[in-house]
Amino acid sequence: MHPQTPTAPIEKKRATTHTSRTTKPGLSLRRLRLFSQTVFLLLFLFLLVETVYRGSFRAVPEPIRPTYPVKIFLELDPLNALATVLSTHSLYRGLLWAVLIIMATLLLGRFFCGWLCPLGTLNHLFGAIRRGEPSPKYIERNRTRPWQSLKYYVLFGLLVAAALGSVQIGLLDPISLTLRSIALALLPALRYLVFTLLDAVYALRIPFLWLPADYLAQGLRATLFTPNPTYYHVGWLLGGIFLTILLLNRLIPRLFCRAICPLGALLGLLARFSLFGLEKYHEKCDDCNLCLLHCQGAASPQGGVKWRAAECTLCFNCQDVCPRDALRFRFFPELRTSVALQPDLGRRGLLTGVFAGLAFLPLARVSPGVEKTPHPQRIRPPGSVEEAEFLARCLKCGTCMKICPTNALHPAWFEAGLEGLWSPVLIARVGYCVDSCVLCTHVCPSGAIQPLTEEEKLGKAGKHAVKIGLAFIDRGRCLPWAMATECIVCEEHCPTSPKAIRLEDVVVTRPDGSKIKVRQPYVDAERCWGCGICEYKCPVRDRAAIYITSVGETRSPTNRLLLPERKVN
Amino acid sequence: MADESSSSRREFLLRTAKAGLAVAASGALGLFLHNRKPRQPRAALTPTRRDLSVPTPAGTPEFVLVRGPSPRAITQAAIRELGGMQAFISRQDIVLIKPNIAWDRVPQQAANTNPEVIQTLVEMCYEAGAKEVRVTDVSCDEARRCFQRSGIAAAAQAAGARVILPEEHRFREVALGGEVLDHWPVFVPFLEADKIINVPIAKQHSLTRVTLALKNWYGILGGQRHRLHQRIHESLADLATFMKPTLTLLDAVRILIRNGPQGGSLDDVRQLNLVAASVDQVAVDAFGVTLFGYQPADFRYLVLAESRGLGTTRFEDLKLKQVNL
Repeated sequence: MHPQTPTAPIEKKRATTHTSRTTKPGLSLRRLRLFSQTVFLLLFLFLLVETVYRGSFRAVPEPIRPTYPVKIFLELDPLNALATVLSTHSLYRGLLWAVLIIMATLLLGRFFCGWLCPLGTLNHLFGAIRRGEPSPKYIERNRTRPWQSLKYYVLFGLLVAAALGSVQIGLLDPISLTLRSIALALLPALRYLVFTLLDAVYALRIPFLWLPADYLAQGLRATLFTPNPTYYHVGWLLGGIFLTILLLNRLIPRLFCRAICPLGALLGLLARFSLFGLEKYHEKCDDCNLCLLHCQGAASPQGGVKWRAAECTLCFNCQDVCPRDALRFRFFPELRTSVALQPDLGRRGLLTGVFAGLAFLPLARVSPGVEKTPHPQRIRPPGSVEEAEFLARCLKCGTCMKICPTNALHPAWFEAGLEGLWSPVLIARVGYCVDSCVLCTHVCPSGAIQPLTEEEKLGKAGKHAVKIGLAFIDRGRCLPWAMATECIVCEEHCPTSPKAIRLEDVVVTRPDGSKIKVRQPYVDAERCWGCGICEYKCPVRDRAAIYITSVGETRSPTNRLLLPERKVN
Repeated sequence: MADESSSSRREFLLRTAKAGLAVAASGALGLFLHNRKPRQPRAALTPTRRDLSVPTPAGTPEFVLVRGPSPRAITQAAIRELGGMQAFISRQDIVLIKPNIAWDRVPQQAANTNPEVIQTLVEMCYEAGAKEVRVTDVSCDEARRCFQRSGIAAAAQAAGARVILPEEHRFREVALGGEVLDHWPVFVPFLEADKIINVPIAKQHSLTRVTLALKNWYGILGGQRHRLHQRIHESLADLATFMKPTLTLLDAVRILIRNGPQGGSLDDVRQLNLVAASVDQVAVDAFGVTLFGYQPADFRYLVLAESRGLGTTRFEDLKLKQVNL
């Protein structure tokens, strides 16, 4: 060690005169806020976990429908409402709930971010983890920064794209993002971890541990986890993105909320009319900066500057910690010295956002896929609307994928093009569409999947009213076709009656020259509706010898194959 | 100065010793792990069989056929004619009833065993003194939907049975010792029960033409059981070799004559109002094929099973009793 360098321990971070938080006793708005955050986060997680089919064996309740109103958080989300209104010119069903939040925000400001939003609460939680004493670093990172305007540009870009017919808000909307990430990545990963550990317990060969392990497994299956293990296409990326967002709080608290969140930006814009706000008594302020230290939105709560209504999440920390009562939230705060209602919006930034939104749609659609050629693997859930309309509605929230009892629905990677990223597609090798199941159609908040009854889905006379695709046989891989081996598994599982897979008896030659009669499968394109159970059950494990593609889907007037034979009455 | 040099010497020795230990430890660990078998080799499983048959009471019929409008009444009559449930079930037995709960279908579609038949059997087992009656199957469709929509879970639970869903970790690798089936994962409840009653429903099937009691044993297996179709007759005979039930009761209240085994349309269903019961599972299947107008001798798996001494295909040669209610 160099003799000149001072060897004393690094100086304790100490910069403020008041190092400890001195919250005021009694029922404060801050405590109420904390309570609200806890309740709504738990409610959100409960509904997420309960977006599942567990079965009910006490009686036989028919028809089978979701148990809870699992889409309510999505319906309360004003960004979902606004974007789909721009893209479809109509406010779909339960999205009317969002108007409630809009009206309250117009009066109060961004309370949603500080009191309701599950991602806001998680960011809040992760941002609150601090090491050591408060230091200038922790104060500085809560000052209002120019880059906080980025979220408004993101919002404008997304809204312009939505107005042109491509709803992409779900990529960044905090409700969709959180739902999708937890439901399709974190929970399945946690399930995998827990059950791997339980397997290790079974492997220990200590019998008295098996019963508690069994009870734990049963209990978790019946509550937190799905009954069967689930796998999601590119799930690791969903989880990775979400964990990154949570870890960003270590750099700057609520970095996502402050800089990126398009919902926060929308609510911030609405807050300009708000009657409620922070009044400051600048003369009382002694610049202790405790308010800044605890500020969630980087909304300039400190004395000497104006408070930013558009950035504030109404967490009420500042009012609560101010030792000199220099800050007070109230209706009709003094505007001239205390409040800046409008966010800082650079014209250049706004134009960039608008331009990006304008450029997105034509760029996405110069790739063939949506209009020129349909993607073969873009197999949409039953009840889905036609593709252009689908892209104008789907919020990529993942609710349909979470509730699918066979794990058939997955977030698309690029199977549905750039625009379809994380929209639902059916991957039949992982799961298939149960012919009498309509669960996914009853959880879509925006009508990308329209609600169906079992009768509407099944149709009459063995011809499905709703077709999602069509099965094709790969004769080079099929056992009776290519390997002179008996099979019929696809036909056995085909759920339509009469079967959409027909068998023909043929005598074929085996490698040793002997003859054998096998039954070779054919697909009846009139009857096949693309459920994919044949692909799912095909014993050729890696790539199935029978597979479905999207052609023939009833929702599309163009992605068709055969002329109708005859009208079915 | 002397202090300083001694302390630096000590530090030198200490650090050298630590580094040396670390080097030695990594070398030793490397040698220890080198070419080590990652897992203990699987203990060679000895082939097992599940023979749960009990001797039939002398003088009682060996094969019973009951017709009647009430599924409950014909089930009761069939068991009564065979000597009563207490002839098969001992006190404190854990009894497993194996219906066909393979498909996400309602009872009218005749893809799963009749729930009323199952409920009646559960009640009779308890009356005979069973400690616990369990009802389970390894479904083809999503199990929860099958158990719910078939009505079997509700009916069995109403009679006090424990309904067990096929959970993914409750399968055990078993040496079945068969011609095709050597090692296969078997659902554990089938290995634990003291008595097993097989209750298939009669349905058309495009590979075996009819699916009955022996085909119902597919529902004890996990794993890639669809590969078994490649040698269906041998695998069915293997299953019957492995699993000899206490009783077999064929549900032909409704049978599926087309588009089996999962059907879907009510046009595929025939109402026969009939059950057949015997301790001889091969005889039950031999009778079952005649319901579809076939001859047992044309079924290779039945001939195979008979040649292995698992039962007789000439059910009519057994001591037969027919009842019409």
